[in-house]
Amino acid sequence: MLIRKNIEPPSSEITPEREYLNRRQFLGMVGSMGAITATGALTQAVLGAVQPVGAQQGEEVSDEEKVTSYNNYYEFGTDKDDPKANSQRFRTRPWTVKVEGMCRKPGDMPLDGFLSPSKVEDRTYRFRCVEAWSAVIPWRGISLADVIKRADPLPGAKFVEMYTLYDPSQMPGQRSGSITWPYVEGLRLDEAMHPLAFLATGMYGKTLPNQNGAPLRLVVPWKYGFKNIKAIVRLKFTDSQPTSTWMRAASNEYGFYANVNPTVDHPRWSQARDRKLGDLLRKPTPMFNGYEAQVASLYSSMDLRRNF
Amino acid sequence: MTSVATAPAPRTRPRGPRIGRALKPVVFITMLAPAVWLTFALLTDRLQGDVVKIIEIDTGTLALRALAYTLAITPLRQLTGWAWLAAYRRMLGLFVFFYATIHMMIYFGLDLELQFGEIWTSIVKRPYITIGMASWLILVPLAITSPNTVAKKLGGVRWKRLHRLTYLVAITATTHYLWAVKKDTFWPLVYFALFAALLLSRLIQRRRVRIPRA
Repeated sequence: MLIRKNIEPPSSEITPEREYLNRRQFLGMVGSMGAITATGALTQAVLGAVQPVGAQQGEEVSDEEKVTSYNNYYEFGTDKDDPKANSQRFRTRPWTVKVEGMCRKPGDMPLDGFLSPSKVEDRTYRFRCVEAWSAVIPWRGISLADVIKRADPLPGAKFVEMYTLYDPSQMPGQRSGSITWPYVEGLRLDEAMHPLAFLATGMYGKTLPNQNGAPLRLVVPWKYGFKNIKAIVRLKFTDSQPTSTWMRAASNEYGFYANVNPTVDHPRWSQARDRKLGDLLRKPTPMFNGYEAQVASLYSSMDLRRNF
Repeated sequence: MTSVATAPAPRTRPRGPRIGRALKPVVFITMLAPAVWLTFALLTDRLQGDVVKIIEIDTGTLALRALAYTLAITPLRQLTGWAWLAAYRRMLGLFVFFYATIHMMIYFGLDLELQFGEIWTSIVKRPYITIGMASWLILVPLAITSPNTVAKKLGGVRWKRLHRLTYLVAITATTHYLWAVKKDTFWPLVYFALFAALLLSRLIQRRRVRIPRA
């Protein structure tokens, strides 16, 4: 199976932990080499994506145990420790991804076939939950833009809508009506095409744990965590703005864009500061979660207070 | 309202079976244990995730649970005829205050980091905090009037009337819980149902006592 090669690389390809821990130094070195040889925009774009852009100095990758034990994944229960407890026997193979709607290359694809044309990348991103906690997570996966280019959307397609698997026999949370099922999320096509937008299949150098959205989840680091839909089975190109699950559940609290914005409070709490998992104290939340330089232009003409 | 069926004055000493008194330290330790565990878990990095939020939610839930125990004492006493149960009411009630106070201090102290502007905004603008704050404020006079000497000074009737506010706290605190959660309203609704049942049992009891008198 092709994907096995991708997700679990031979041991020779795994970065030793020591080097991994020194990755900033390494990236800095590569970065300066890049600058010296002036390899141009591509190197810069890739490096920009790989480094925890906007991460504050001294900010370290989060403890893996915490990131895999504290999850919002209502399909497996509403408590933070439910997903880990209830998802261990979730079957992530065989897995089919349906690409449909306004595109030239729709179809049902086995996950391995869906992933294999793309280059597997490691990217460390800041993660910011709408509940004002945060983490720094090393993801592994593929560029969302790459997937979209392959689907070849029609000129009229303006949004991409995504769906989580609906399978109450495996996802106990779906047997109750806390929110509507299946979980739906969406991005404007230009957001989805942004080089930072990512589809993760792994984290911490391993296959994605079930509680973190295996086998395929979205990662858009400048948006609140709930945009990062898990266990994706369907991508649909459309010309109308999707209504996401949380918009449907509470439109006054959760908007379509859900961009990290310290100046727009959630009705029940301030978004100005966040607390990293494991920390006792908060730090200021940067605009767009620290990715302002890369993504602000997507929203230049928008009132972010209204389009929260 | 000095009917026989309602609670005895707080100065009543447990005169029941010895077991009632012997169990007291056990109940005390059981009620305190979660606080000890949370402190230990926090200091030894055993809480996986957003630690402040975990402790905040746990202490809030513990306060509500203690409140349910407190309010269940009298109906349970009437049901079983175990008079010695009455002695547990104050202890459990004070545990409500204990956990509610920690809960509030963690929210203002660690979650809002004592930023006055944030604290003010939260109380004024966020209804679930307003009602949570009100719940704690109602608990204060109840805790203050819990020692025998203070209760004696206040007088049995007035003490009893004041401590009926416990039911008001049950309503406001559960509303606070309900408004604080997103869509996972299961437990808040369980508490609502429980408190409604307890309140109803008290009302029925009072009515039953009143009818022969009328």
